[in-house]
Parts: sequence; C-alpha cells; structure tokens
Amino acid sequence: MAISLKRRNILPGFGLTMGFTLLYMSLIVLIPLSTIFLKSSEMTWAQFCHVVTAPRVLASYKLSFGASLVAALINILFGSLVAWVLVRYSFPCKQIIDGLVDLPFALPTAVGGIALTTVYASTGWIGRLLEPWGIKAAFSPLGIVIALTFIGLPFVVRTVQPVLQDFDREIEEASATLGANRLQTFIRVILPGVLPSILTGFTLAFARAVGEYGSVVFISGNMPLRTEIAPFLIMTKLDQFDYTGATAIAAVMLVVSFVLLLAINMLQWWSGRQKAAD
Amino acid sequence: MSIEVRHVTKKFGTFTAVQDVSLQIPTGELVALLGPSGSGKTTLLRIIAGLEVPDSGSILFDGEDATSRSVRERKVGFVFQHYALFRNMTVFENIAFGLRVRPRKRRPTSHEIRDRVDRLLQLVQLEWLADRYPSQLSGGQRQRIALARALAVEPKVLLLDEPFGALDARVRQELRRWLRRLHDNLHITGVFVTHDQEEALEVADQVVVTNHGQIIQVGTPEEVYHRPASPFVYNFLGKVNLFHARVEGGKVYVGGIQMPLPEDAHPDATTAKVYVRPHHFDLHHQPEGKGHFRARVLHINPAGPQVKVELETEWGEAVHAEIPDERYRQLKLEKGDEVYVTLKDEKVFIDASEKPDSNPT
Repeated sequence: MAISLKRRNILPGFGLTMGFTLLYMSLIVLIPLSTIFLKSSEMTWAQFCHVVTAPRVLASYKLSFGASLVAALINILFGSLVAWVLVRYSFPCKQIIDGLVDLPFALPTAVGGIALTTVYASTGWIGRLLEPWGIKAAFSPLGIVIALTFIGLPFVVRTVQPVLQDFDREIEEASATLGANRLQTFIRVILPGVLPSILTGFTLAFARAVGEYGSVVFISGNMPLRTEIAPFLIMTKLDQFDYTGATAIAAVMLVVSFVLLLAINMLQWWSGRQKAAD
Repeated sequence: MSIEVRHVTKKFGTFTAVQDVSLQIPTGELVALLGPSGSGKTTLLRIIAGLEVPDSGSILFDGEDATSRSVRERKVGFVFQHYALFRNMTVFENIAFGLRVRPRKRRPTSHEIRDRVDRLLQLVQLEWLADRYPSQLSGGQRQRIALARALAVEPKVLLLDEPFGALDARVRQELRRWLRRLHDNLHITGVFVTHDQEEALEVADQVVVTNHGQIIQVGTPEEVYHRPASPFVYNFLGKVNLFHARVEGGKVYVGGIQMPLPEDAHPDATTAKVYVRPHHFDLHHQPEGKGHFRARVLHINPAGPQVKVELETEWGEAVHAEIPDERYRQLKLEKGDEVYVTLKDEKVFIDASEKPDSNPT
C-alpha cells in the first residue's frame, strides 16, 4: 500500500478506513490462520519436521503445487484466448458462452469433480477416446490438472476480459501501418498491455488451485504418493484425530503459498513501476 | 506517389459511408478531405490506408492497383486523431517501432535507428522528450510524436485523420502552420481529414468537400471558397445568411435589392436561394440610391475587429451582419436603429427541387 500519509485527498478518512481494514483482515484472515501456527507449535521441532518431511507428505506438496502451477499456466493460455474471443468477435450465443465461464465459480466443487470424473474415467465419453492412446485421465495427476484447470478458468477470463475491452483498436492499426505483422503487433503492442492482468489472473487461479479440495478428491483417486493432494492429506489426518499433524502440513502450505503469492505480487509491483511514468 | 480512388463504395450495414467516389491526388500535394461528421471522409481515408476494405471500386498508387494490398504492404504513414501512441513504450521506442519490426535483412542497425529517431525528434522539435512516456506529454506533443513515428518508415504517402481535432484552438493554429511547412520541406503526398473549414482552406493545396458519402467539389481553397459548386459548399465554408428570394422577369429580388439570375438557372424558376456572408452586408442610415432593404438593429457585439450586428429585416427575418470596427464607429450604430442594408456580394442558387418542371415527389 503506497499511500503517503501527508497527501491531501479529495476523500479523506485514511485513518478510519485503514483501521477498519486492519480489523477486518485480523478477524477474517489473520487470527483464524494464526491458530494454525499456534496448534502446530504444540509439537516439538523434531516432531514437526518428521511430519512434514514424510515421503507421503512431500509427494502431496509436490503434486499440489506442481499441478496448480500447470493448471494456472494452462488457464493463462486458454483463459486469455477465451477472453480474446469474447471481446473481439460477435457470434450467436455469445452471452451463453460468456455465462458458461462463470459456472465453475457457482457450481459446488464436488459436483464439478464428479462430473469431470464421469467424463474422463476410462469408460467416460472423453476418457474412452484417450484410453487407446495410453492416456489415463481420471485417477492420475493429469486428472488433477484437469480439475484444477476447470476451477481456475474464470479467474483468468474475468481479469483479462475488461482490459482487452478497453484496448484501443487504433493502437493495433497504428502498429500495422508501421509495418508490424500480426505476431509483432501481438507481442510488442497488445501483450505488454494485458500482461499485468494475465499475471493477476494467474495468481488467482494458482491460489485457488492450491487450496482446492472438493473437485480433486473425486477425479484423483487419492492414491498415496501418486495422486494424493496436500489438502486431502490434511483431511485424512483430521479424520484420524491427528489435529497437530494436520495443522503442521497446513502451516507449511500456508507459508509456501504466502511466499509464492508475495513473489508474484512483487513481480507485478515491479512491472507496474516500469510504467510508473504512466 | 500519386493516389487514385476509382468508384469506391463502402457500406456499414444499411448506412452508405462512401458512395461511388472517384478522386485523383497528384504526387506531392497536400489534400484536405473536408466535410461534416458522417460525410464519409474518414472512411475514405481509411480505405486509402487499407484499414478498411471497399465493397467495390479500387485504389491505385502510382497507377498500380493497390486495392488488395494489406495495410503493411501499402507503406503509408497514418496519423490517428487520438494519436494511438504505444503507452508501454517511450517516445524514442514509439518512433523506432516501425524500424524495429522490419525483417532482419532490411532492419537498420541500432546505431542507424538511433540516428534516424534523433533526426525525427529534431524535425518535430521535441528532442528532449525521447525518454518520456506518452502519458507525460501534452496533446500537441503527442500528435507531433505520432507524426514522427509515421514518418520514421519513410512513407510515400502521409494520411492524417483529423490530426488536430482533439487539440485546443491555439495549439491547433500552431500545428497547422507547422504541418504546412513540414509538407513543403518533405514533399510527400499528403491527405488529411478535417471538419474545420478554416484548417482545410489554410493548409491544403486542394480541398475535397464531401457530404453524404459523396464528393461535392474539388478545388483549390480559393476555388471552393469563391466559386462554390453548391449551396452546401458555400454554407459549409463559412457563416452565411439565407434569403428565400422571389424571381420575377429574370431577376432575383431580396427586399428592394435586385440581382441577376444565375446563367445556368432555369428560365421558369420562381424562387431562388440567396446566400450572403455576414461581412458582405453594409449598413447605412440613409438610403444610398441603390437596392436595399430596411432592418432594425437588435443586438450589437463590438468585441473584436469585426463588429457583429444582429438585425431584423422589414419582413421579420433575422440577419447576422459583420461590419469593420471603423465602419461601426463611423455609423455610431446603436441598438434599435433603423438601417438600410445593401449587399457587397452574394451567391444565388436555384434549388433543383424548386424548378417548376421538376417532377413532384
């Protein structure tokens, strides 16, 4: 937050709004999350390390963050494409397609997970087509990526869409009159403009995917060391009344997520500063 | 490079933006496309640039058909009304863009690019802005950078879409003269779109007056101003007063003023339209012996070199007259005065629709 305290604004009230922000963030985010660290501190450091470095736990971290990263990257590509199509072209049923984008938001994630499993299982409509190629979609890491892509799609589309909407057509035309081909126009002129929003969409999709539970547990099959995600492992520990073990895993996830999100935010802040002149 | 437009038509849905337009633009001339908004002038310019594809007709560059050439291949410089500068690039990079995107074998070295950009910045007199971003520039500066960017690729034709439309009056004046000087030095064919008749008359070698997607008149500024082809052109090129005059015995009458019927008029015409520019009126306290009509002074605005006088004629029509400041003082004109109005010049048009033999519709 780069607000200079001395700056005179048309709308005053920095003290009040900042105070409310801190209170709100504390009640909703900070205090609940701090209990995780409190709870896991019941363990000794050795116990803690033992829990979080167990092969099964390490595998689940790798899978959770890895699959989330892949899914968010896929979403960047195809989400931007969807946004592009929705902004640039008019076609019949455009409103319906536009509405479909939000569906993964609205749907209970378990419903999404079951639906995806049905379709991508080796007997499902799409799974059946993949089977002869030796590709196993459901009950494999691929299935997890599919589920995480599904739930992350709206984030990228909805952040990129308004930015593309505001993009001045004349700027592309200027690029063309100067002799740039389509690829050059896209890379040199359009992409720099939408990159910050793509980055935001990526962050949101990634963060959402890391925490996703409902849709993944159905399609992954939850095989230890292979298709077991970290949130599922936490649930397993809770089912076994191993509360401290669960919070230890959660604490590590929390720290890693926070560091990653902070890094992305810094990247964004830095790329914003490049254009601070604006 | 010369440009020829041959029977070009362009429709947007049911709206015809350009209708069967043909136009020749000789090499090295600066031509203004002048018309009210919606007259198709911008569309015509965009068709010449290749940004718009005509429904029918063709565009020829130096006698060669360029209709199917893409924007890139046409190698025209285009300056947009709202500048269309690349926001994420510095002024320097904006101007260098056209050179940097060239295929490797035609791309100048970075040293040459720097030289060329520096020269262009000098040309537009903004050397010190090279490292700024477009958002840090004023409107006039942005437009000059946009022009430098367009010139960087050494186009044979420069097309400008309302280049000064978004600028305030003083900057516009300045840039206008500057554009004229620039054109005189560079000698490239130029076409610019404007709805400002003053701009067109001041800057262009040739003025093309358009309306409703058609060309109404092409001529030098002097020709279109002094010999307008139609009431529309006369009307559009300056302020006018319109009188619906009666025609009797081959003469046209406005009040007591008599004037000859235009040569091309139909002999049976009964009414005519007489257009008079505000500065073509003269006012007198006494009848002058020649044709006049009487009027009453309603309002006087003496600010400026021309004093604006609002009159009401004896038959109740409003007239806007402008008389020189000295004349105003000489007359000691006051509100409510009864004056005798004479004409120094006028344009008589017979409306085609008012010819008695035309078919009623």
